[in-house]
Amino acid sequence: MTDTSPTQMPAGPVIKGKLSRDDVLMRGGMIVIALYLIVTLVMPLYVMFSKSLSTYTFQLSQYEFQVSDEDGTFDGTILNAADLNAQVQAYEPSDLNAGSDGRLAVTPLFPEFSFRSPVRYQLRNTVADGRFLVGSTLTEGTEWVELDSNTFRRVQLRPVQARGIDNFVNYFSTPALSNSIKNSLMIAVFSTIVTVALAFGFAYALNRTCMRFKGAFRLIAMMPILVPSLLPGIALVYLFGNQGMLKELLFGASIYGPIGIVVGSVFFTFPHAFLIISTALAISDARLYEAATTLRASPWRTFWTVTIPGARYGLISAAFVVFNLVITDFGLPKVIGGQFNVLAVDIYKQVIGQQNFEMGAVVSVVLVVPAIFAFAIDRLVQSKQVASLSARSVPYQPSPNKNVDRAFFGYCTLIAVFIVGILAVCQFAALIKFWPYDLSLSLKNYQFNKMDGGGWTAYYNSIKLGLLTAVIGTAVVFFGAYLVEKSGGFKTGRAIFQMFAMLPMAIPGMVLGLAYIFFFNNPDNPLNGIYGTMAILVICTVTHFYTVSHLTAVTALKQMDGEFESVSASLKQPTMKLFTRVTVPVCMPSILDISIYLFVNAMTTVSAVVFLYSPTTALASIAVLNMDDAGDIAPAAAMGMMIFYTNAGARIIHMILSRGVLKRTQAWRAR
Amino acid sequence: MNFKFTSIASAMTGLLLATTALAQTELTVYTAVEAEDLERYAAKFNEVNPDITINWVRDSTGVVTAKLLAERDNPQADVVWGLAATSLLLLKSEGMLEPYAPAGVDKLDSKFVDKDTPPAWVGMDAWVASVCYNTIEGEKLGLKAPTSWKDLTDPMYEGHVIMPNPNSSGTGFLDVSSWLQMFGEEDGWNYMDALHTNIARYTHSGSAPCKLAASGEIPIGISFAFRGAKSKAEGAPIDIIVPTEGVGWDMEATAIVAGTDSLEAAQKLVDFSVTKEAMEMYNVGYAVVAMPGVAQPVEYFPEGLLDAMIDNDFEFAANNRARILEEWQSRYDGKSDAK
Repeated sequence: MTDTSPTQMPAGPVIKGKLSRDDVLMRGGMIVIALYLIVTLVMPLYVMFSKSLSTYTFQLSQYEFQVSDEDGTFDGTILNAADLNAQVQAYEPSDLNAGSDGRLAVTPLFPEFSFRSPVRYQLRNTVADGRFLVGSTLTEGTEWVELDSNTFRRVQLRPVQARGIDNFVNYFSTPALSNSIKNSLMIAVFSTIVTVALAFGFAYALNRTCMRFKGAFRLIAMMPILVPSLLPGIALVYLFGNQGMLKELLFGASIYGPIGIVVGSVFFTFPHAFLIISTALAISDARLYEAATTLRASPWRTFWTVTIPGARYGLISAAFVVFNLVITDFGLPKVIGGQFNVLAVDIYKQVIGQQNFEMGAVVSVVLVVPAIFAFAIDRLVQSKQVASLSARSVPYQPSPNKNVDRAFFGYCTLIAVFIVGILAVCQFAALIKFWPYDLSLSLKNYQFNKMDGGGWTAYYNSIKLGLLTAVIGTAVVFFGAYLVEKSGGFKTGRAIFQMFAMLPMAIPGMVLGLAYIFFFNNPDNPLNGIYGTMAILVICTVTHFYTVSHLTAVTALKQMDGEFESVSASLKQPTMKLFTRVTVPVCMPSILDISIYLFVNAMTTVSAVVFLYSPTTALASIAVLNMDDAGDIAPAAAMGMMIFYTNAGARIIHMILSRGVLKRTQAWRAR
Repeated sequence: MNFKFTSIASAMTGLLLATTALAQTELTVYTAVEAEDLERYAAKFNEVNPDITINWVRDSTGVVTAKLLAERDNPQADVVWGLAATSLLLLKSEGMLEPYAPAGVDKLDSKFVDKDTPPAWVGMDAWVASVCYNTIEGEKLGLKAPTSWKDLTDPMYEGHVIMPNPNSSGTGFLDVSSWLQMFGEEDGWNYMDALHTNIARYTHSGSAPCKLAASGEIPIGISFAFRGAKSKAEGAPIDIIVPTEGVGWDMEATAIVAGTDSLEAAQKLVDFSVTKEAMEMYNVGYAVVAMPGVAQPVEYFPEGLLDAMIDNDFEFAANNRARILEEWQSRYDGKSDAK
């Protein structure tokens, strides 16, 4: 009799689901979008990292000399530069590390050298690709070159390319550079504390009191999102600069430096912190407060034991988001930082000022570390967040309390005055003819074509970039999110895709921009053609703001039941039909949100595109930066306010569109 | 029908012939000249050479230099027309320039021509360092107008002077290099040590100090004369001061990129760049041009600027640039946040 117990049965065939045409299509689509992220994100970052390890050193052993006697005859003794240096100790090993434009004088190797002596010199490279200069003339090849003393002192050796961590060693041993780490961290921590505290109070007032004009306050709190981060810097110059309107308030301290950066950072990060904390405070369980009252806890104790713990995830998340925004921001410290060096500005200085791309790459790697760290903690905290609101919860309803409401109204008014004041100062400055000597009003500062920076073309370019980014970006992001969320199987592939989609959030804009230079400006890259065009700006901006858009799309898609896919499959309908006929219309509000998010950010971003724009694709936000840089502060303010009005207009259009779309596509939500 | 076809065919042939006859040579020209001037320059050039089309690639000095250096092994440019001489020296030391003596080069001031024969580059015009002094703010603060570089180290000016960071600004670098040349290496650094205590901050761009002086933000801005004249013309209450010791300067210059496919056309462009017509064209914005006796005074330009220009050693500036900037950074950039 045969044994039929399960352990003895031969293994049956592995049952593998047959890939339908739809599955192939969806996986194909996912691979295409994953490839997009690899080419536009992973590869550039890799190239940048390898650039940071590319060093230049003087290879002394590759040069040989002969020295004649007083009559100019050579006796044939050949001296190697490395041996000479070993004898006379003219250069320390650290002197031999250089940048790509390094030069090393040779005369210190000859202690008896005098440019007046009749002694003659010969020198040559020992390898074919060795290089040295006589004056500014490049000499390559291994031929001997004979020079008199006076010319010999003009000889400079050139470094050769090598690989190693010397750039990093150099960075950390140069206080002028590595001090920026401390500065950046300090600014970021300080701004984070101030912003989160202020935003908490504001969010508390809006969610937990019966204060009046909540709608207006909410609107005002969101305003800073519509302007480039450098605009508050410009306003601060007008307020607290040496000719500032409120200069006395600083009691002699200078606004150019940490004070200015912190105040400006609070302005531009406020809406981000406010939104996150407000969401955390919006819902809470009234039963906890009832319990606290029953236990006779004082309001103060209730606040610390109920309110704060309830909002802790929001607070932590807001803190890391603000930290990340401040430490990676480039525009604000550039405008108001004065001599206070921070990492993001250092990258710009190294690359644009000194053309030291290797050191720029090193600073980028250094900047990525805290940014990734903050991002990782934020994600960790968010994943721990569990529903604190259960089915039995009773929503908390604030009850009117005259004194409390009045106090919070006063507080919110102060914040609102701060936000509106900054914008009003910029608008005022833009209309003044010649601050502070001629206070008559004029539109002179709007003649952008007469300034550096790109003129009105830059403004139209920005709108073009915003629209292209919104349309292309939304399509790519939403489609990608759909594929990753709704396709079955293919687990590893989806997990990798998720990781790629999260990565842009952790990469500072400056780093992304610099990585793009290295990657796309290489003549051997087949994509080299897009360098310097509008296309690279669109790609860069979409990638830069990919994560938040992706998360918005995923959240919207998660709300849709997986049954839709099953039903359409059993009805033998292609997935793409389901996607266009059901998914997109249902998710329309989120799609509109993603596109306005991309549009506004494309209008205001400076950091990534500052390395990538070309004379024909100058942008409004870059024009603000460049005009401020050249000292044309009033036109910079004028352009900044143009960005504000454009974004505000876009928001209004978005609102109207959303209403219309909601009516048409979301009618099913209402009974 | 048949007639129609022949006529079309002949028209096509004619068109083809016409394009061959008018075959244009295209030149890719890299430049840092102000965008608004480019059209004017190209138009003037085409009056003489209608068969050569210029394709401009324009950006700031630093960016154009970086671009050219990055393309060292695969140059895209045929000619560089209007880039700082110190930048061209960097290119020369990479062996990227094609030496050429344009017709009429002997008419130029020898200061404006590369010392090699044939020269690797020829100059166009110069931009000269100057000090912008805001008279209203100076009076308010009870300052005396400085007359020399040394004056600026007077404790009276503490926190009232602003200059460009040489690490990011060409104007800043020409100031530093001129001080090192005029005062000698050691005294030059001593001078900058003393000046540093008076500096409010270092700006990124070279024109910003003068604009900030013009707006009264800081009474004294170390900048360049052209910018000062422009601000003054806009009504700013500033004086443009030429320090008595002499002033640093750099020039815009022209050179052929080695390995160009259109050498002949490139040479024609360089020939044109040193003609009297070209010099008059540069004179619209620049008070000092390479050909002596051509320049007409530019409005609001300070007097005696030409005589104050030092005998600039461009080779020194180019070959010591990396070292000077490193030294400057370790002395002043790292220290500055202590303030």
